Amino acid sequence: MELFLHQVLAGLATGGIYACMALAIVMIYQAIDHLNFAQGEMAMFSTFIAWQLIEWGFPYWAAFFLTLAISFAGGYMIERVIMRPLHNAPILSHVAMFIALFAILNSAAGFIWDYQVKNFPTPFGTKSILGEGLLSAHDAGMIGATVVMLLFLFLFFRYTRIGLSMRAAAANPESARLVGIRVGWMLALGWGMAASIGAVAGMLIAPVVFLEPNMMSSILLYGFAGAVVGGLTSPAGAVVGGLMVGVIENLAGTFIPVIGRELKLTIALALIVLVLTVKPSGLFGRTVVHRV
Amino acid sequence: MNTAAPVSKRRAYEAPAYWRWLGFLIVAAIALPLPFLLKNFFIFQLTLAMVYAIAILGLNLLTGFNGQFSLGHSAFFALGAYTAAILMDQYDVSYYWTLPVAGIVCFVAGFLFGLPALRLEGVYLALATFALAISMPQILKLSPLEHWTGGVQGIVLIKPNAPFGLPLNPDQWLYFFVFAVAALLFFCAYNLVSSRTGRAIKAIRDNPVAARTMGVNLSLYKSLTFGVSALYTGIAGALGGIAVQFVAPDSFTFGLSIALFVGLVVGGVGSIGGALFGAWFVLFVPNIAEQVSKGLAGAVYGVMLVLLIYLMPFGLAGLVRMAAMRFARAKR
Amino acid sequence: MSTMLLQAKNICAYYGPTQVLHGLDLAIAEGGITTLLGANGAGKTTILRSVCGMVRTTGEIRFRGHEIADKATEDIVRLGIAHVPEGRGTFVRLTVEENLQLGAITRGNKVEIATDVERVFGYFPRLRERYRQQAGTLSGGEQQMLAIGRAMMLRPKLLLLDEPSFGLAPLIVQEVFSILKQMNQREKVSIFLVEQNAALALDLADQAYLLETGRVVMAGAARELREDENIRRAYLGY
Ligand SMILES: Nc1ncnc2c1ncn2[C@@H]1O[C@H](COP(=O)(O)OP(=O)(O)O)[C@@H](O)[C@H]1O
Ligand SMILES: [Mg+2]
Repeated sequence: MELFLHQVLAGLATGGIYACMALAIVMIYQAIDHLNFAQGEMAMFSTFIAWQLIEWGFPYWAAFFLTLAISFAGGYMIERVIMRPLHNAPILSHVAMFIALFAILNSAAGFIWDYQVKNFPTPFGTKSILGEGLLSAHDAGMIGATVVMLLFLFLFFRYTRIGLSMRAAAANPESARLVGIRVGWMLALGWGMAASIGAVAGMLIAPVVFLEPNMMSSILLYGFAGAVVGGLTSPAGAVVGGLMVGVIENLAGTFIPVIGRELKLTIALALIVLVLTVKPSGLFGRTVVHRV
Repeated sequence: MNTAAPVSKRRAYEAPAYWRWLGFLIVAAIALPLPFLLKNFFIFQLTLAMVYAIAILGLNLLTGFNGQFSLGHSAFFALGAYTAAILMDQYDVSYYWTLPVAGIVCFVAGFLFGLPALRLEGVYLALATFALAISMPQILKLSPLEHWTGGVQGIVLIKPNAPFGLPLNPDQWLYFFVFAVAALLFFCAYNLVSSRTGRAIKAIRDNPVAARTMGVNLSLYKSLTFGVSALYTGIAGALGGIAVQFVAPDSFTFGLSIALFVGLVVGGVGSIGGALFGAWFVLFVPNIAEQVSKGLAGAVYGVMLVLLIYLMPFGLAGLVRMAAMRFARAKR
Repeated sequence: MSTMLLQAKNICAYYGPTQVLHGLDLAIAEGGITTLLGANGAGKTTILRSVCGMVRTTGEIRFRGHEIADKATEDIVRLGIAHVPEGRGTFVRLTVEENLQLGAITRGNKVEIATDVERVFGYFPRLRERYRQQAGTLSGGEQQMLAIGRAMMLRPKLLLLDEPSFGLAPLIVQEVFSILKQMNQREKVSIFLVEQNAALALDLADQAYLLETGRVVMAGAARELREDENIRRAYLGY
């Protein structure tokens, strides 16, 4: 029983990472109605920018917020310059573009900052606060920061007009134009916000997994799994889903022989396929009922 | 003026049958003498290009003709390659017999994966298959399977020699062998697409609701298409394993899926001949990119892809088709 | 004749290479109800899309003195043209409340918006009951009411309606049309109504246009068109 509890705690710690990523994924899904396969690379690139700023002598929080701003501008530009001409193109072109973006960011990061693993500082400290190194101050801080971000997003989308406009523009661009919403701006704004949230995720994750161009490849998959488990339409669901994926992964690793340890990514795959087929709206997502 | 209007559905220009034969003859006339003119390394590269073309064709049957997504075809490619490799390595099966087995194994795997995937549309399917691609290398490394798969080390294979004492070196022979298989598979794909079944498959892509009311069994056809698509890609995987003489988990990462997907988009979604060009692109453009800038090869590749998507939204095949349409109209 | 709210000259519209409208002229009087009749595929929807800059269009379109033919959709809307599109354009994932709020998204004054929501409820009491419900769960008739309500939240000068009767039970259609009449009189909104149901539309409207394959073939007072022999046979069926 104690082992079980310990593993749950440790799972929450890793789950915090996935929750963070899942939130970024859901965020952009809400804003642009697409799953961005380059999301992980965008987060990685932002984290490198933060690292660079810290190297140049900026204090942590200055670098943190500057990175948010730079990432916002970067996301905004990506939409304006790269995605915008594709508005009427089929989904396939969008996916191809995400992949191109993936390749460009990954390769550029490796070129600029090389592939050496780098340490990234944490603002929360690394003291163990619960059960012998199972949950560190950083882990707790990460989960806390994710929840704060979630709250902020919830308020933004639910109670501000610009949040409502963004949701409308994503859900039905044509109708959104017909009520006077500048859809192009909203999409770009959505990209900017998603890039910023990704940057937060990256900066929180980097102290745990270390900074390098490929740091996000498997985290992105877990993030997707978390987002799907929680429901792609629900930011809160994404956070809960991410934490759950962390716990499930950890428990499977401890209690299922061989497979649990060696097939961690496959567990994410199984979760994704299972949830998408059994309950596509996820645990907390909204189901859309259509009537004709 | 703002042109937010939905883009009208593009009506495919169907080339007359004799054009296709002509096209095939031209390709054959160029392709067959090549092994006698080129160095072995280039022959090998061209062989690989044909292997990719088959795999991309498989993906195209799924995406282009049935409207289903996949970022996970590297998994089927891997499955085919490993099937062939294990059969040859452990059971001394001849390389040519491994192809049908790899095909059947992948067909079944694709069909089974297609069953749950049925309920997934567009981006959800992309996601599920993305997960499949990411997790495949781990599955191949699984320790209980190590006895067959060789774990991280993979399996080394021996290159087959030309049979019947033909005066060909192994590279040349393999080239012709792959060419023959590719020709057969492309031929089958053409026939499949223009058959009754093919029309049902396309109807599902264009209008699922109408297709259902016309009595098309959606789930069966979608799963079958997934199966056939995996079969093509699996055979390509087997050929690839034989040609490279080596299979290992890390040869079949998400990167391979990306390559196949890019080949699909570049060659032209829904175009059978486009697979050839797509394969050429994914095989040689990274090399070109590397020459442009060693450190930034990935970025150069990405930029080329971006440009291609802008300049040829329907791939090279779309460009050719459009030219043909103009030409046909001008004649009238 | 009163002053013209919207005046279009020589409009041609294209989907890709296909020309759908062939140089037609159109005028919508201030304060009235103008209807546009025509068979399926005549180009009625396309005219509305042309006005709102949603399809490639050449020609001149003037709205209250502004040339709008080369403006973006959202700017045209902001001038006071509300468009209830074919298929209603409901935001199905959002609530009824949010749909209505979106209608007024270009306006700033929260108090005015709140009174306008009440006004919409005055016309469509059923929407009040469904206020917090997801719009996709409404019945067809309720969705049409929501779409009209959403359009009215803009406080438009001109309301464009694309086949509001489509797919609705006859009784609901009656109800919707009588509310449209009231709105036209009380809210000082001019209406441009596209319909296939010619009998109903001609009863409601003052002016009417008849469209055939992208060309205006007849225009005049609704009363005159109703009495025209050919129209009666072809569109009214008696
Ligand atoms: N998106 C489109 N792409 C190509 N042609 C279209 C498109 N929309 C409509 N059309 C064509 O334009 C013509 C007029 O259509 P529309 O304006 O919708 O007619 P109506 O509303 O009177 O039924 C029809 O022939 C139709 O086929
Ligand atoms: Mg219409």
